Amino acid sequence: MHMAEQINQPPVASRGAATGDWTPDMIREEVVALKHKPGALLPILHAVQNRVGYIPEGAVAIIAEALQQTRAEVHGVISFYHHFRTHPVGSKVIHVCRAEACQAMGGRDLEAHIKSRLGVDYHGTTADNEFTLEPVYCLGNCACAPSIRVNDNIHGRMTPQKFDRLADKLTTATLEIR
Amino acid sequence: MATKIYVPCDTTALSMGADEVARLIEYHAGQKGVEIEIVRNGSRGLFWLEPLVEIETATGRIGYGPVEPDEVPGLVAAGLFDARSDHPLYLGSVADIPYLKRQQRLTFARIGITDPLSIADYRALGGFEGLGKALAMTPQAIVDEVKTSGLRGRGGAAFPTGIKWQTVYDEPGQQQKYIVCNADEGDSGTFADRLAMECDPYMLIEGMAIAGLAVGATQGFIYLRSEYPVAHSILEEAISRAESEGFLGANIRGSGQAFHLEVRLAAGAYICGEETSLLESLEGKRGLVRAKPPLPAIKGLFGQPTVVNNVLSFAAVPFILDQGGQAYADYGMGKSRGTLAIQLAGNIRQGGLIELAFGVSLKEILEDFGGGTFTGRPMKAVQVGGPLMAYMPHSQWDTPMDYEAFAKLGAGIGHGGVVVFDDTVDMGAQARFAMEFCTVESCGKCTPCRIGSVRGVEVIDRIRAGENPDANLVLLEELCETMVDGSLCAMGGMTPFPVQSVMKHFPEDLTA
Ligand SMILES: Cc1cc2nc3c(=O)[nH]c(=O)nc-3n(C[C@H](O)[C@H](O)[C@H](O)COP(=O)(O)O)c2cc1C
Ligand code: SF4
Ligand code: FES
Repeated sequence: MHMAEQINQPPVASRGAATGDWTPDMIREEVVALKHKPGALLPILHAVQNRVGYIPEGAVAIIAEALQQTRAEVHGVISFYHHFRTHPVGSKVIHVCRAEACQAMGGRDLEAHIKSRLGVDYHGTTADNEFTLEPVYCLGNCACAPSIRVNDNIHGRMTPQKFDRLADKLTTATLEIR
Repeated sequence: MATKIYVPCDTTALSMGADEVARLIEYHAGQKGVEIEIVRNGSRGLFWLEPLVEIETATGRIGYGPVEPDEVPGLVAAGLFDARSDHPLYLGSVADIPYLKRQQRLTFARIGITDPLSIADYRALGGFEGLGKALAMTPQAIVDEVKTSGLRGRGGAAFPTGIKWQTVYDEPGQQQKYIVCNADEGDSGTFADRLAMECDPYMLIEGMAIAGLAVGATQGFIYLRSEYPVAHSILEEAISRAESEGFLGANIRGSGQAFHLEVRLAAGAYICGEETSLLESLEGKRGLVRAKPPLPAIKGLFGQPTVVNNVLSFAAVPFILDQGGQAYADYGMGKSRGTLAIQLAGNIRQGGLIELAFGVSLKEILEDFGGGTFTGRPMKAVQVGGPLMAYMPHSQWDTPMDYEAFAKLGAGIGHGGVVVFDDTVDMGAQARFAMEFCTVESCGKCTPCRIGSVRGVEVIDRIRAGENPDANLVLLEELCETMVDGSLCAMGGMTPFPVQSVMKHFPEDLTA
């Protein structure tokens, strides 16, 4: 079996493809498709974030009503999890691993380099809307540390030089990177 | 006939350029008019060799690695398609690489050999035999087989799996029971769950289905961390194929027994690896830790009896049912039976997955398998078992990998991750990080953990700045004791372990 295409396809619409525009109908569609599931809130939040790129303020009321929960409850869940965000992101989300195995391989210097190269701190988005930077605690790639994730692609043995080359490639390419 | 060429598709191989390597090999084969078939196999877990390209020959599979995309043209010129040996990346017979050959692979026996999504491959190497046998057994007999194996949960707490299953089985029937797989694998330095899911997903599916038969549960959930996108897509596809071939669903292999399985994506919270927090999360809530009792085995998901096991615990079950619990128990030492998936990571030359019977010493792992540090400098500290566990100095590296032997040192095996640091490491910074990690990942339910970790960072900062170091060290010790004694779960209760190990074994780094 040839798996290359399959692996390259993220299981859900790539975050990079999300435009940030949304309508209440879009949210309702995702909610209706999933609300029958037991414990549907997380799947719904994932679906909304995959579609829009973040969870818009206006989506909370729609989700809360459909699940017969309060808006505060839905907010509480969104804010508990690091993965969910309530603001638009750049077209590529870069997760930098901050955990021990990556630290052992120069991860702290790499973090500092990436922040200064992009000119943003964690949770920040570059002015050109290209990159959003997020911390992550382990990508499971610890034998080839340090590691970063760009959208759904993980890159091992990252160095400041390799990162610069990657960032150049990502900003000049007009196609979605894979 | 087309020559079979294997290029792995697990996250690590992909992170080192495996897709590009596969494309280039295909391109060069086309150019030369050589007929090949590229198989995207799983990884063998010899990560310093990834991407590890293998060619099938009459005498077995010949390997080259690590093959970076730039190396492909040179490899082709040096006779890659004829498996010729005159290239520096030539490794010879892959099965004979000592790192692999010295292992005792029971759970990971198929890993890297097969195409992870091929059910035919899986069955050709013994897959679904365990399920077949379980279908012909009584539920109690399945539980007994797991008890005989001596299997203890591989997620960290090492609780006997058979006893957990018995508790769920003993709950009255005629009610919904659940099987939940903890695939949150949050510990730094661990990737065995990921490897199992990406490279042999049917093994997990089979193990969970057997658990369902054993306790009378018809629904299973895999709670998968969102940091694992490759595992996610492979699991989704594997579940759908297993359903269409009758290994999952309403009527497993015509037996009249049902087991449904669904992957649920987590959302980036370390604490959701703790089983009660995980259940809250699966129910769609904030991942706050529940007080125990009641045990999840009695009141678990949606208040129903639930088996919660780690990926590797379920993954060990097909072997146990197929070969018998005793065959599994024959490996190991003391009360640690079977094999341990050791994950070697961090600053190490030969990082990867090593499956061995319990009892091997840490030193053998670091030296014989690891081959020293990646940077070539002396090793200074090793953190075994994840971010909540102790940093171990040289003097403790003779310890055999055995739950009880590690516990005696105030250390732990956890999920089997081994993270190596060379002598440039600043252990004071590592102690600070342990507290910082707890501030980020605490569920917030109890004060010693939520507030104590914030205070911990501050106190360590003062010590490192040279402010009243003696008094602040006493304060830090007291703070650690409060967290150990006053926390509801191991997040706050064990965060002090790495800190205390630094105070004890590397004090000069803390006060420097
Ligand atoms: C803070 C914390 C994090 C944990 N993370 C994980 C994890 O990522 N994966 C896991 O299997 N178990 C984890 N555990 C252990 C689980 O609570 C539980 O013991 C385990 O899932 C039971 O499965 P097992 O018996 O098969 O090991 C964690 C425990 C704590 C306290
Ligand atoms: S120790 Fe920490 S993570 Fe555990 S229950 Fe208390 S606050 Fe939550
Ligand atoms: S610690 Fe960075 S990938 Fe695991």
